[in-house]
Amino acid sequence: MTKTADIKPYLRLERYPTIWCAGCGNGQVVGAFLRAISTLDWDPKKVVVVSGIGCSSRASGYLNFNTMHTTHGRPLPFATGIKLANPELHVVVMAGDGDTTAIGGNHFIHAARRNIGITMIVFNNGTYGMTGGQCSPMTGHACKATTAPYGNLDTPFDICKLAEAAGATFVGRGITYAPVKLESLITEALKHKGFSVIDAVTQCPTYYGRLNKMGSPADMLTWQKEHVISLEKAASLPKHVIQDKIVTGVFVKDLRPEYTTLYRRLHEQCGEDDCHD
Amino acid sequence: MTESTRLMQGNEACVAGALYAGLSFFAGYPITPSTEIAEILAKRLPQNGGKFIQMEDEIASLAACIGASLTGAKVMTATSGPGFSLMQENLGYAIMTETPCVIVNVQRMGPSTGAPTAPSQGDVMQARYGTHGDHEIIVLTPSSVAETFTLTVKAFNLAELLRTPVILLMDEIVGHMREGVSLPGEGELPVVTRLVPVKGMKDYLPYRADKNGVPVVAPFGAGYRFHVTGLFHGEDGFPSNKPQDIEYLGMRLHKKIENHKDHYSFFEEYLTEDAEIIVVAYGGTARSAQAAVESARSQGIKAGLFRLITLWPFPESEIERVCSQARAVVSAEMNMGQISRELERVLGKDASLHKVTHIDGTLLPPQKILLKIQEAAVND
Ligand SMILES: Cc1ncc(C[n+]2csc(CCOP(=O)(O)OP(=O)(O)O)c2C)c(N)n1
Ligand code: SF4
Repeated sequence: MTKTADIKPYLRLERYPTIWCAGCGNGQVVGAFLRAISTLDWDPKKVVVVSGIGCSSRASGYLNFNTMHTTHGRPLPFATGIKLANPELHVVVMAGDGDTTAIGGNHFIHAARRNIGITMIVFNNGTYGMTGGQCSPMTGHACKATTAPYGNLDTPFDICKLAEAAGATFVGRGITYAPVKLESLITEALKHKGFSVIDAVTQCPTYYGRLNKMGSPADMLTWQKEHVISLEKAASLPKHVIQDKIVTGVFVKDLRPEYTTLYRRLHEQCGEDDCHD
Repeated sequence: MTESTRLMQGNEACVAGALYAGLSFFAGYPITPSTEIAEILAKRLPQNGGKFIQMEDEIASLAACIGASLTGAKVMTATSGPGFSLMQENLGYAIMTETPCVIVNVQRMGPSTGAPTAPSQGDVMQARYGTHGDHEIIVLTPSSVAETFTLTVKAFNLAELLRTPVILLMDEIVGHMREGVSLPGEGELPVVTRLVPVKGMKDYLPYRADKNGVPVVAPFGAGYRFHVTGLFHGEDGFPSNKPQDIEYLGMRLHKKIENHKDHYSFFEEYLTEDAEIIVVAYGGTARSAQAAVESARSQGIKAGLFRLITLWPFPESEIERVCSQARAVVSAEMNMGQISRELERVLGKDASLHKVTHIDGTLLPPQKILLKIQEAAVND
């Protein structure tokens, strides 16, 4: 961790205060991202942050890069257009768990399948914050939401497994309780050539916390601390022990040709040989 | 046919027009009867350094186009009814964020999956009002293969000039028809490319409009860092919910279209000068209408054709000018009367308006229009 990292140049401080509630984890995820990006010698003019719609997706507006706040669930296809049209840009997508796995679920698996060079940071608070605490595909079974007043009947996704199965070549999970680890995960994800996914488990005290009687923001972080387990430790434990734990770490780190690289090769091939009829 | 004349399908002419206009990025999802556009571009774009991508659906297709356009690329997507329905939300996003793009809808018969290979003009109102919220939109509709080419070029030019999505509303007849066309050479048709800000501008405001009411938005990566959002925003691009900002932007988006009428008011008149009966038709149907007008003339009925090329914004003053001279107006379209309702609005309830509607999935036959012309000639 670059404790002294000056992240202010990356922020549009004139846009402050943010719309986020006190104790919301969104700022912690953004902080980890900015500290991560500050360790890379990327020209901010070549960085594009694309977000969807939701509390977390408002992050783009506060960041001093090329930024784009799109439609609910769709940041990945917008980002895909940006990256494919101009591969020299560093493209990062930020969106909520609802945005990513519900309305945008299809785009998520296809971006992973294509292995396009985009880093996707999922702000996973297990609920729809923006619209007031409804059920998300990441709301735990039996947990409460305004649209699951008797407890959620569904079972949530495991975002990391979903990303892996769909073909993402870098997949990691971190928590807001452990911002240093989250930062280094994001750094690795940003450096990765291919589609990289970070499941950033965060807290929404205002809705999820209140509806599920989880106490203060600090209590929610304590809950994270009590439930977190590293991938290495989890590996040696039986399934039932880890099933209600948050397993963190790097799940996938693969090399597979990145989409825009393949496209460049296609251009070269078309320039050289028999693409022309 | 001359040496340079080629037999070409409407969809192929659309591709040729797009490439002529400088298309460098296409994202799409296959759907009859537009698929040839994607297929031809999948082959052509990589040959000239452009990008083609087949997305997971039409929502993603338009999203990818908008993203690419914001990096400076000239972009297009092509679809038909069901896919066009899926594009509506992001169409509004393109309007709001003033992102140039061309959306081709080769209409097929709906609702729903309908009759995929049957000609129809059922999406006229969807093209106008399909995305939510008050908005203006430019919709162009070609009647021939050659016109598909030129209108595609014009669609790009308008999108670039006004920084707005432009819809090319084709129909299955024109999309799949083959005609001999001789394509204009380089430089014969004007090609417009959006303005970009000069380098190193101080206090750059991405959404400050120039004298034309159009902002000069920098491409991503060019050095200006700014924010793009579908929320109402100020000239700085950042969200605003101040009533004055909302009204200003809303009005500007309307006016920038309204005020450029002379750039996109396209229509064609055929034998209208002395016409007592005016047939109003567009797209593939205009071909039947022309045949009907010719038959009527041969029978001594003074009929003429007003062919709409720009459907939206509706060319009210031209319609008024041409139709007010006539005894009766016959509208002909392959739907239940979408444009005829507009005619009624413009000409007034008392005008003698005869509607030819057609929804059996076949081409509207000239005979059906001729019958209405004859009826009007006798009754009015
Ligand atoms: C097409 C569409 N459907 C619904 C909405 C309403 N909506 C806005 S944000 C949101 C969910 C937000 O949840 P999430 O993506 O998890 O982000 P969070 O607010 O929790 O950060 C919904 C349903 C919308 N804007 N667009
Ligand atoms: S509602 Fe929840 S997610 Fe949204 S800002 Fe407040 S705490 Fe954060």
